[in-house]
Amino acid sequence: MIKLALFILFLPLVSFAFQIFSFRRFEEKKGEWVSVGIQFVTLIMSLVMFGMMLSKSDPNFSLELHQSWLDLGLFKIDLGVYIDNITVIMLVVVATISSLVHLYSTAYMAGDVRYSRYFGFLGIFTFSMNGIVLANSLFMIYIFWELVGLSSYLLIGHWWEKDSAANAGKKAFITNRVGDIGMFTGMLIIATVLGTFNFQLIAERIHEGVWAANAGMLFGGIDPHKLLTIAGVLVFMGAVGKSAQFPLHVWLPDAMEGPTPVSALIHAATMVAAGVYLTVRIFPFLTADAMATIAFVGGFTAIYAATIAITQNDIKKVLAYSTVSQLGYMIMALGTGAYVAGFFHLVTHAMFKGALFLASGSVIHAMHHSLHKLHDHETDAQDMRNMGGLRTKMPITFGVFMVTTAAISGIPLFSGFLSKDAILAGTWAYAANVHDGWLAHLHLAWILPVFGFGAAAITAFYMFRLIFMTFYGEAKQPQIFKHIKESPKVMTIPLVVLAILSLFFVWTIPSVNPLSDHGWFTALIQAPESAVTTGAAFDLEHFTHGLHAAHIPAMVTSLLVAGLGILLAVLVYLLNKISAEKLAIKLGALYRGSFNKWYMDEFYINGIIRPFLKGCGAVGRFDLDFYDHYLINGWGRNTKRTSKGVGLADDLIVDGAVNFAGIIFQWLGWTLKFVQTGKIQNYLIFVLIGAALLYVVNVF
Amino acid sequence: MADFIFWVIWALIVASAALVAFGNNLIHSVFALMGTFLGVAGIYIFLNADFLAVTQIVVYVGGILVLLVFGIMLTNQITTARISQSSVQKGLGLVVVLGVAAIILTAVLPHDWVGSTLPMAFTDTVSGIGKLLFTDYLILFEIASVLLLGALIGAATLARKEL
Amino acid sequence: MDHLNSYLVLSAILFSLGLYTVVTRRNAVAILMGVELILNAANINFVAFSKFVTHNLDGHLMSVFIIMLAAAEAAVALAIVLNLYNDRGHINVDEANALKQ
Repeated sequence: MIKLALFILFLPLVSFAFQIFSFRRFEEKKGEWVSVGIQFVTLIMSLVMFGMMLSKSDPNFSLELHQSWLDLGLFKIDLGVYIDNITVIMLVVVATISSLVHLYSTAYMAGDVRYSRYFGFLGIFTFSMNGIVLANSLFMIYIFWELVGLSSYLLIGHWWEKDSAANAGKKAFITNRVGDIGMFTGMLIIATVLGTFNFQLIAERIHEGVWAANAGMLFGGIDPHKLLTIAGVLVFMGAVGKSAQFPLHVWLPDAMEGPTPVSALIHAATMVAAGVYLTVRIFPFLTADAMATIAFVGGFTAIYAATIAITQNDIKKVLAYSTVSQLGYMIMALGTGAYVAGFFHLVTHAMFKGALFLASGSVIHAMHHSLHKLHDHETDAQDMRNMGGLRTKMPITFGVFMVTTAAISGIPLFSGFLSKDAILAGTWAYAANVHDGWLAHLHLAWILPVFGFGAAAITAFYMFRLIFMTFYGEAKQPQIFKHIKESPKVMTIPLVVLAILSLFFVWTIPSVNPLSDHGWFTALIQAPESAVTTGAAFDLEHFTHGLHAAHIPAMVTSLLVAGLGILLAVLVYLLNKISAEKLAIKLGALYRGSFNKWYMDEFYINGIIRPFLKGCGAVGRFDLDFYDHYLINGWGRNTKRTSKGVGLADDLIVDGAVNFAGIIFQWLGWTLKFVQTGKIQNYLIFVLIGAALLYVVNVF
Repeated sequence: MADFIFWVIWALIVASAALVAFGNNLIHSVFALMGTFLGVAGIYIFLNADFLAVTQIVVYVGGILVLLVFGIMLTNQITTARISQSSVQKGLGLVVVLGVAAIILTAVLPHDWVGSTLPMAFTDTVSGIGKLLFTDYLILFEIASVLLLGALIGAATLARKEL
Repeated sequence: MDHLNSYLVLSAILFSLGLYTVVTRRNAVAILMGVELILNAANINFVAFSKFVTHNLDGHLMSVFIIMLAAAEAAVALAIVLNLYNDRGHINVDEANALKQ
């Protein structure tokens, strides 16, 4: 199994190397099929692993292989792979989406200028993502964390001729860096106290009390429990950046500048889920306070991004904010302790959001082709206001869109319902179970379910708004509409596969109850015991009871709010009973706020970047005017003056002596030069005289 | 009789060598040099070195001397019947050379090299030299052949017009 | 004729005359002749010592190699002399003083 895992890890790297080092030769030929083939091989391998996992059906199954990488005596870094059920499921998810996206891209990216480079970067992304999934330590996860960041940067900037794409790439990279600094600091704190990066060892040592024993001594008498909270939140900052949580979410909508299959693979299904995966991995050693922080960050992100998604007109932007919102859900779930639900939502979301993005890519592809035929380079192919009525022209895409929208909106019979419902039940149970601490005041914890249900309603609304604007109604641009046609098979097949994976029974077999998430998934994934022993630790048993109690009310409520959202969308966008424009004017400031993403980008630019640059300028001027002018140049001037004096003494005394020696030797040389006649016979005479003299001296 | 011939040859060598050293005509010097070479060959016979005597005549008189004549002819206008040569630093040269000669003679003659042994009268040196060449001196012989080849190529290369 | 010293004296005289030729002649070919005289003087010594002192053929062999060497040397030297002549129009050694600078 380890061998299989290593193959799955490194095969995409082979694909990368192949594409990068052979792109000249295969530019015109069918080089992409090597990459696609490799992806499908890894898919088969991961399915084999999946089958092995199912046949074992052991929730506590785990395997670890590690190798010393850096040995500094007391401090060692091991690299290795850790495999448990979560890993296997993640591998299958990554391989599935990646191989389908590869297949899809052969049509979507056909004729692109950097076609093979694109496939190469997909390869290195898949490699790094598998690395994150298989990592057994924080350190190794960090390495691959940065690698996915890099491949994300490269792929967002795939069309770097466009300024917006190049800038989006930079923005993604830099914003992630902010989170990663936190993550790295957290890692270092943990490694300093425990002397290891390994997940299992960290949990073990915390449980054994090593943390409580060491932390205070190493960090100036700080309360170990507080330090663990700080460390947990710091590591979680990495997830905030990568999973686009508030306030570092700003890069993800911009990242939609990349090719749409990339958005599906990286910015919807896998890489952004890495943050959630990281949180899953560090879950056992999060303190209650850290978890509360995580829950609130996730909850706020969920509803905040959802409100923005309502007013966006760009089809990919809507999906991007929807992704941010859904990631918020997962993070919130983990924060409230709904471990299984959070991870479950990660997996189901990967499927239906991947399908949504690929389907939107299919629409955009069709739009592009139509615009191309009309020689229209002005109209925005991604603007939903230019679409409408597409369902007759693109039946497969439309069908997939319907299924996946139903899934994300949490309608029964689809996978999203199961996972979302579990999360909402989790928040409910969490709120109901908080009895002490600061969360209990004013029933603060009840904000979380409110966020959750609110976001669920809004999600249903904006997703159906998207469907109605795109596929229903009349064609807003009849000219364009005329040339729209369904995408080729290599694009629709991945769509259909992912849509099938968004149906409920895939996840609940052998059970076929559409209202309950019991099945193989919940049987294999179980929340780990918290390693934290002190303070208000998360109590698994208590929580599980609460979860059962909250299940039914949460489900009913979620169905209600989702229905409400859909109803509103039907009224506004399908039946036009309520005018969207009037509503926008009525809501005024709220509408403008949502449309402008609550001015978050402006806040960053005006509130942080500009003042920072101004500060830099001031420091620079200080440097130039004061420091350079007076200190450095003044020092220079004084040195120059001193040097002049010293130079004079040098000229007269030292040089005089040197010149005198030179003159003497010049005279000597001038005298001796007459001996050097250049005639060989003279020299021979001298040799003979010399030899004779030597003989005479020796003998007498 | 043999004694007399020996001293005649002795005197011939010294005289012709002196002509080489002091003569004013280069052509005369060359012919005097031939006399010296022939005389030396005679001396070899007195020393029972039959092989060397023949070699001396073949190589020196037949080879080197001809080369020297070629050298003179190629480097002087042929119209000048008398190819004169001049000398430099005659006085200093004479003093120094006499000094060197004196040193050699004073160093060599007083020493008793022979002791009580009788001179060895070789009867046939050719087979002996041949054996030694292919046994003890084989490597030297091979190196010499390579050296000759090198000299041949080098001389040919150097003598070409466009160097 | 049966005394070593008569050969040694002859060899010394021949050597000195050769040396004098080498030192004083201006013509390169003449100098070459001086060199040949010196080599002959050495050869006489080798063969004489071979007969009177060592009683074996080693001296003869040395002479053989010297003769061979003289032939090679004469060939190369004459080639050089020809080059010198082509270059300067004369072969006066005392004027070939490019060493002096």
